[in-house]
Amino acid sequence: MVSLHGKDLLGIRELTKEEIAGILDHAEEMRKIVVSGDKAQNQTLRGKSVQILFYENSTRTRTSFELAAKYLGASSANIAAAASSVAKGETLIDTGRNIAAMGTDAIVMRHPSSGAPWLLAKNVPCPVLNAGDGLNEHPTQALLDMLTIRRCKGGFEGLKVAIVGDILHSRVARSDLWALQKLGAKVTFCGLRTLLPRDIEQVGNLEVTQDVREALEGADVVIALRIQLERQAAGLFPSFGEYARVSGLNPKNIRLAKKDVIVMHPGPVNRGVELSSALMDSGVSQITGQVTNGASVRMAVLDLLINHREGR
Amino acid sequence: MNRLLIKNGTVVRPQGCEPLDILAEDGVIVKIGKKLDAEGAEILDAAGLHVFPGLVDMHCHLREPGFEGKEEIRTGTAAAAKGGFTSVCCMPNTAPVNDNSSVTSFIKMRAEDAGFAKVYPIGAVSKGLMGKELAEMDQMRRFGAVAFSDDGCPVSSGVLMKNAMQYAAGMGMVVISHCEDLDLVDDGAMNEGLTASILGLRGNPTVAENSMIAREILLAEYLGVPVHIAHVSNGAGIQLIREAKARGVKVTCETCPHYFSLNDEACMGYNTLAKVNPPLRSEADRLAVIEGLRDGTIDAIATDHAPHGADAKNCEFDRAANGLIGFETAFALAVTHLVKPGQLTLERLCELMSANPARILSLPAGRLEAGAACDLTLADLEERWVFTEAEIESKSKNTPFLGAELTGRVRHTVAGGRILVRDAKVQKKEEA
Repeated sequence: MVSLHGKDLLGIRELTKEEIAGILDHAEEMRKIVVSGDKAQNQTLRGKSVQILFYENSTRTRTSFELAAKYLGASSANIAAAASSVAKGETLIDTGRNIAAMGTDAIVMRHPSSGAPWLLAKNVPCPVLNAGDGLNEHPTQALLDMLTIRRCKGGFEGLKVAIVGDILHSRVARSDLWALQKLGAKVTFCGLRTLLPRDIEQVGNLEVTQDVREALEGADVVIALRIQLERQAAGLFPSFGEYARVSGLNPKNIRLAKKDVIVMHPGPVNRGVELSSALMDSGVSQITGQVTNGASVRMAVLDLLINHREGR
Repeated sequence: MNRLLIKNGTVVRPQGCEPLDILAEDGVIVKIGKKLDAEGAEILDAAGLHVFPGLVDMHCHLREPGFEGKEEIRTGTAAAAKGGFTSVCCMPNTAPVNDNSSVTSFIKMRAEDAGFAKVYPIGAVSKGLMGKELAEMDQMRRFGAVAFSDDGCPVSSGVLMKNAMQYAAGMGMVVISHCEDLDLVDDGAMNEGLTASILGLRGNPTVAENSMIAREILLAEYLGVPVHIAHVSNGAGIQLIREAKARGVKVTCETCPHYFSLNDEACMGYNTLAKVNPPLRSEADRLAVIEGLRDGTIDAIATDHAPHGADAKNCEFDRAANGLIGFETAFALAVTHLVKPGQLTLERLCELMSANPARILSLPAGRLEAGAACDLTLADLEERWVFTEAEIESKSKNTPFLGAELTGRVRHTVAGGRILVRDAKVQKKEEA
């Protein structure tokens, strides 16, 4: 079984190709539990405690981590910290130290500030798992995306993966990019000019376009990103209607992709905006499969970080 | 009579470098010449050292009154002296704001009590730094203000800035503009570009700085009055100033040591110590700053010394305070990154760090000649040293240069004929 080189899972950028592959292998084992009738068959985290600290709203990721911990026998607690309390209340370092002092074996955190998990990790002895930090990374989302792709396509070498939507504000896009680059896929970022990060093409080994048709042409995998309502209010595009016409994916434009293309989305989906309902409900969509894989990879990383860390 | 004789040093002035001795009486230079002797004078041996006119920092934050936890005038001016500065100009963002003569005179009084670097306060442009109404500039001038600026609260109103520049010029004063269109900054936490895109941090684009530089240049040109641009950080902004100067606009500008020493990659790892405003820019911009210093577009090197307590930096990057302490590294960074690599001559460094800022603000400083105050900075340009936290004189320790290997060190600082720093150690005032 793979051992991770760090104490924490902060980002995909810090992982090696071998570590990613090892996590996916372990997640395959975990997936058997998720889809089985007996979730309590492998309680490797029995007696362990996992705290879930979310400074941003989330249902899917929080629940997924919570169930992952439970399936492996750990006890978990949810700590919902309203974003407003960050400004006037306890510092992140103090909150983290207090949680760690309760005998916590791992902290799962989502935070609106990019880099916040690094700050927490430096200040607590237990592993920190990044469940999304600002615009930076969402490593378990990338891992579940990789598991989904590997299950559908058998591997990554030479795959064309188009990531379409609000790249600028997407931590999923960044984590997916780092993972896919390490694993040997060819990535295209596609978004409106106002939604592309400045100079991102300079990272190398990345295509950047604002033309959806160009991005979809010959794609093996298409990952659509959620567009947030507040981006329209910020003047980055004029309306959801225009967004759907320019950047939306539908059964017509998806025909430019390979015949066996799969379509993914980190959820929740704005139906009719980034994805048309018809496409979402068609056979190419892997969106519910992603959710199953999400619980699996979260079980895998919790188990690896708590039980199989290097030097432990 | 107090007599001080500085012997065996190499005097550095804009017109050249020369081995000369300097004799001061009661704090005033009376004679400069070869092999001087003076009976009963205290001798300061400057063998192997270069003697500059006392360095002048036209942009710093001393935090007093109001933020004494970060810095006091006493600790700040001691740190300045250690860095070779004999005159410093402090920005008005204190609490209360230096927008009236009682705060101005309080600052002057505290600085005189401290007895380290001389302090020349910069008054606010607008009452409370609110950008609405002009502050009482003439009253502040009478009590010692040498320029006006709202610094980190940039004057967004074009008409207020127009009036401020005109009004200040009418009394022979200059407005210093921190150029930043906050709309365009759009909550950017570091320079917009590849590093920000990799780190997932919101980008603060150069155009946010440059659009206001352009406005100030056009206002100065239209009104025919001077304006000074604070801490220019990027190539396109410098080009605007270069072109304006070429057509005769009375614009001057400064940059800071961090803009020629670091680029935005210093923020990697969410290093909050490298968070500053304007943000550290790209490598191309860093090189453009050096070119601006070389070709004379940039008039001065200022520190923007901005002390902050540890907690203000030990937090999430986007919530961390902007700024870094600069007094104690400025000279060495200039020697290390500009003089040693052959980018600047010592004469030009002398202009940038002493003569020019003194001239722009009409300070009684920056001249090493008979009749001038005996403000001198004596430096060993060959000394290699490592900047460590233990020797920081400032009350705050926020600097990205800890552990940096530097070349060139201030050995002695003399202000008004008094030795403030001897052998790189601040001489604490004797108890009366």
